[in-house]
Amino acid sequence: MSILVIAEHDNKELSPATLKTLAAAQAIGGDIDVLVAGEGCQAVAEAAAKAAGVSKVRVADNAAYGHFLAENLGSLVAELGKAYSHILAAATTTGKNFMPRTAALLDVAQISDIIAVESADTFKRPIYAGNAIATVQSEDAIKVITVRATAFDAVAADGGNASIEAVEQVISNDVAAFVGEELAQSERPDLTAARVVISGGRGMQNGENFQLLEKVADKLGAAVGASRAAVDAGFVPNDMQVGQTGKIVAPELYIAVGISGAIQHLAGMKDSKVIVAINKDEEAPIFQVADYGLVADLFDVLPELEQQL
Amino acid sequence: MKILVAVKRVIDYNVKVRVKADQSDVDLANVKMALNPFCEIAVEEAVRLKEQGIADEVVVVSIGPKAVQEQLRTALALGADRAIQVETEELPDSLAVAKLLKGVVEKEQPQLVILGKQAIDSDNNQTGQMLGALTGMPQGTFASKVDMADGSVNVTREVDGGLQTVKLNLPAIVTTDLRLNEPRYASLPNIMKAKRKPLDVTTPDELGVAVTRTVKLLKVEAPAERSAGVKVADVAELVEKLKNEAKVL
Repeated sequence: MSILVIAEHDNKELSPATLKTLAAAQAIGGDIDVLVAGEGCQAVAEAAAKAAGVSKVRVADNAAYGHFLAENLGSLVAELGKAYSHILAAATTTGKNFMPRTAALLDVAQISDIIAVESADTFKRPIYAGNAIATVQSEDAIKVITVRATAFDAVAADGGNASIEAVEQVISNDVAAFVGEELAQSERPDLTAARVVISGGRGMQNGENFQLLEKVADKLGAAVGASRAAVDAGFVPNDMQVGQTGKIVAPELYIAVGISGAIQHLAGMKDSKVIVAINKDEEAPIFQVADYGLVADLFDVLPELEQQL
Repeated sequence: MKILVAVKRVIDYNVKVRVKADQSDVDLANVKMALNPFCEIAVEEAVRLKEQGIADEVVVVSIGPKAVQEQLRTALALGADRAIQVETEELPDSLAVAKLLKGVVEKEQPQLVILGKQAIDSDNNQTGQMLGALTGMPQGTFASKVDMADGSVNVTREVDGGLQTVKLNLPAIVTTDLRLNEPRYASLPNIMKAKRKPLDVTTPDELGVAVTRTVKLLKVEAPAERSAGVKVADVAELVEKLKNEAKVL
């Protein structure tokens, strides 16, 4: 068996999600090649070559891949992927965007967001907002899979010594073009990789009050998340949303503040190791999954918590 | 311009699903069904483009047994002009759905195809992208803003780090994120009117598509239960427990 893992990166650094995707690849077993497609991404290729368990890194460094457009990347991966039994990418917005295109070009199904590898053709994945876990078996010759990064432990980032070879193939298109981006600037750890996450919901009442969470987050070295209600109300930008349609997190400690705990929110955080709920409504569903619950007004609790940490 | 919108009938988003005792699947007998929330947003966007005079016809399509006609009628009540049901006994997987939709696209020749980014039952997030690959159309996935221009569309996409904008030549595919719009409610007069709007039924055979499935569902289980923990009295006790009992601080 031979596995192609598509690296997730920003043209400068290899994302931790790739190391976790490599862990899923190791669970399948076989030779593992990594494709780094991007623009000016040599440093990423070098980082990927050091990751444990990688046989070969293939670098497609071209302006056509700079912004990870699905039209280009999806076709490139389908071309290169024909020689492999498995193609894996992290289930990030980039992976979710180009991988189904790759699968359709190869005329195979895609298995989205796997949380466990049972065997080389059998995988577990959550359905219905994580309220059921399906075990699925693929009969396709090439398995195209996206991996839920929080479900796998990262492989070592050092110690590997893979060879690096260039991919000359350039696939571009004349129907889709990158126009611009607005990326959120934050000093805090990345939400999906943070050890501690503190999230606010509708109970925060407005965007200014998120400062109360940020102060606690600074003490804990935590990332700040939000429920859909807080995002929809315009308190915070959507890239902070945790849930079925936002980001999936599984930190060691998740603190939910002023969040009722709707099905869609729980889908994004219920695999956290320890869950703390702070809510003044003692009937809130979040208390049914919280290891520690505090029924109190968050505006009293947050300053006190900041002080005591 | 003609817009094609694909919609799916799924379990209502408020319902907590139960897994069948024999672990063969989830139990959908006597469960409230509805239009997939992302598909509702797709219909709304198409109807708004029609109201702005940009689109002149909105066609909705759904794939599945006769029951999906209920969701097609809902879409018609929201403002779509006509509906197509592709009749299949079971729900095909994303690749087969994309192939069937490709057949509809070839027949209808829409300039824009709008789908939801994912169905809340299978949580696949694949169909729009697969349709893009099969038709060769560019894709604007996870859209939170759609700006039509002459011959192209600018789509602002929700990505992990923030927002990204891409320019797509028409015909193009857009998949909706939750923040694209706030869907309207169907009024009673519109629900009545929707009953008289055209609804055509076609089959995979007529579209020249063989519906096959290469991924087998072996088992469906309930996830590991998380039980309720303890309530603490105050912040001091919470911090003490997190430090000494849970050891996460």
